[in-house]
Amino acid sequence: MKKTALLFAGAALALNIASAQAATLRMAYDADPVSLDPYEQLSGGTLQLSHMTYDPLVRWDRNLGFEPRLAEKWERIDDNTMRFHLRKGVKFHSGNELSTKDVAFTFKRLQDSPDFKGVFAPFKALNVIDDHTFDLVTAEPFPLILNNMTYLFPMDSAFFSGEDANGKPKDMLVKHGDSFASRTISGTGPYTVSYREQGVKVEFSRNADYWDKNSPGNVDKIVFTPIKEAPTRVAALLAGDVDFIAPVPPTDHKRIKSSDNVELVTMSGTRIITFQMNQERNEAFKDARVRTAINYAINQEGIVKKIMKGFATPGAQFSPKGYLGHNPALTPRYDLKKAKELMKEAGYSEGFTVTMMAPNNRYVNDEKIAQAVVSMLAKIKIKVDLKTMPKAQYWPAFDERAADMMMIGWHSDTEDTNNFFEFLSACANKDTGAGQYNSGNYCNPTVDAMMIEANSTTDPEKRASIMQAMEKTVYDDAGFVPLHWQNLSWGARKGVEIAPIVNGMNFPYIGDLIIKE
Amino acid sequence: MIAFFVKRFFQAVVVMFVISLISFSIQDNLGDPLRELVGQAVSEEERQALREEMGLNDPFLVQYVRFAKKAVQGDLGDSYFFKKPAFEVIMKKLPATLELVFGATIIIILFSVPIGVYSAINPQSWFSKTVMGLSIVGISIPVFLTAIGLIYLFAIELNWLPSYGRGETSNVMGFWETGLLSADGLKHLILPSFTLASIMLPLFIRLIRAEMMEVLQSEYVKFAWAKGISPRRIYFVHALKNTMLPVITVGGVQIGTMVAYTILTETVFQWPGMGFLFLEAVNRVDTPLIVAYLIVVGAIFVVTNTLVDLIYGLVNPTVNLAGKK
Repeated sequence: MKKTALLFAGAALALNIASAQAATLRMAYDADPVSLDPYEQLSGGTLQLSHMTYDPLVRWDRNLGFEPRLAEKWERIDDNTMRFHLRKGVKFHSGNELSTKDVAFTFKRLQDSPDFKGVFAPFKALNVIDDHTFDLVTAEPFPLILNNMTYLFPMDSAFFSGEDANGKPKDMLVKHGDSFASRTISGTGPYTVSYREQGVKVEFSRNADYWDKNSPGNVDKIVFTPIKEAPTRVAALLAGDVDFIAPVPPTDHKRIKSSDNVELVTMSGTRIITFQMNQERNEAFKDARVRTAINYAINQEGIVKKIMKGFATPGAQFSPKGYLGHNPALTPRYDLKKAKELMKEAGYSEGFTVTMMAPNNRYVNDEKIAQAVVSMLAKIKIKVDLKTMPKAQYWPAFDERAADMMMIGWHSDTEDTNNFFEFLSACANKDTGAGQYNSGNYCNPTVDAMMIEANSTTDPEKRASIMQAMEKTVYDDAGFVPLHWQNLSWGARKGVEIAPIVNGMNFPYIGDLIIKE
Repeated sequence: MIAFFVKRFFQAVVVMFVISLISFSIQDNLGDPLRELVGQAVSEEERQALREEMGLNDPFLVQYVRFAKKAVQGDLGDSYFFKKPAFEVIMKKLPATLELVFGATIIIILFSVPIGVYSAINPQSWFSKTVMGLSIVGISIPVFLTAIGLIYLFAIELNWLPSYGRGETSNVMGFWETGLLSADGLKHLILPSFTLASIMLPLFIRLIRAEMMEVLQSEYVKFAWAKGISPRRIYFVHALKNTMLPVITVGGVQIGTMVAYTILTETVFQWPGMGFLFLEAVNRVDTPLIVAYLIVVGAIFVVTNTLVDLIYGLVNPTVNLAGKK
């Protein structure tokens, strides 16, 4: 339905070219990307930029399906090989034509990038067949090939070859310090960067040779300003100084909705906020009854309603709706009476004391959420000694597993269920890196075995059933305390039609944005 | 005079050294800069390798000596976020901050002198009493609130002034990006300048009022009255001149403080100056930038204090009085 609407809008625009005025978009996010290099940092900011200046082989549509972009089509040749066919006649900003050479070049950079190499570890090789065909080979059957291809934004290999003015290779990937790739762009995307003063302003202009002639977008110039303070960002939108902002803080939703000139678009997000219970630090957490009691004592819906102002989706598992592993049977289980009974059964009717840590500038309302959980746990006589701190200090503390209960929010880089388990609940293993963020030291070998099985199962239905069973097992074990998935929000001036171009991954496809005057 | 400068220069060097040492030693408490450089899924090993590469695992003294060696050659290190020399990054933001401080200073002078003088001359008038009451309120309202209030009223409700940023800038002399030369740039300057001025304005009104009242009690003013000199001349030539001496001293010191206060004002207005830059650097644990900022601000303090001392010497009251009669 929405797709038809979009197509219709596109057709109308194509027919009526004279009235389709090229428009300028003034937009403000809370921060601007660290670098222009798409592979320097795996972060929301980088991906938002990459989708404006580059194109991936495939991209996510709004229902978490795949939309062909630079790869026109693909087919599985055997269990371990997938063949891709590149779109023909696509040009980079430099004028060079896209070929498999560029894909192979980019693939190599991905494997070298400290941030992306983890995601690309399952791939064994990329074999070039001809200028527009290549094969991706994995060591074992791998279900997430297309998920990972959303990260492959072909870079202009001819443009990034050779040495820059400082005598350094142009394709060098530097995490801290200057590099040619961190300040230069040559992609296939709808926009080129025409001016950039980091932290102040980025100006984009429309790529006149953009290959996607069906894109309905009519924005030919973008002025991007980071505005860090949420009240200022909202004020700039309300005052008409910018056309499009994100994120919009929950406290301002009412205000934006009530204004006639601006519109609010919200969407359920995929970042789950959780608490982990460290079984190695605190003896009581070894008892599944205690962990379950804590899950019964915490009122997820209350937190969402009172603290998040309804701007989150209460959860009882890792996977948000839409993910293969999402198990619809698992719902929040707030029940104070049951919690007290379980505590009594476990021999803790008089409660105990735990330490807790949470960041205070990382997630939406993180500190308030932690305080609410403290008062909820007080009702089952668990005394909590809470310490909150800025994220820069929190992460080293998290790495040390410095408290009995620690807050962690997680977004799956692959948009797949297994990623949550690999990082948050797998038995900690220094060699494989499994359970890197499992500060609870929860360990269930059965779940780990299922996780490995799911990782080499390519049949979506079979995968779904395995992963849903994993969610159920961890839920029954009360392996951690799920709280909610953070929602996403965007605000725009009326006439700036952002609803069709935003998505749950939070990288709006601004190339397709239509502004009606 | 030369001895004075030499002395000041050595003082400045000592100040810089102490600042660099302090800012260097707090960096371990700020957090881990690596976390801001890598994505969430990057393994502990990768991060350790990067730390090693950046020399963050070396002992404090080794790191400091490495920094100091470069610093004496004028290289304060590269900012992690901007990937450019930290000093260069700060210098690029300095014009924005100085123009904001300049705007605020003009506002303070334009308002504090007439209001202060008026309320010293007519301490019982309703205007003076209102101003004194308001100045108490003004001193106690946080800058953040003043800023949001001003934005709400003038940007959203009345739509007279822009809500954020610096607007159009133009380049003068090759390195100074100025917003003072265009109507758009000046419009953008108004709200932030008033916000920044709001911290100091009540203080200066009260200071000028108190000084002026004291001067009006002095013998030479009484003598001037007895001579039958016109009130205007007494107030604005004889009394005001002597009132301004302590005000200049305090003002010079406060301009330095104001540079520090820009941190809050710039953050609220997304003003691309060095105060905002500093706050961001702290959030990102961009240590080289933090150290460089503290050193530059230290230098600004030393320079303004030196200038104040010079001006004070020039406007020495005894010299002036002797010269007149």
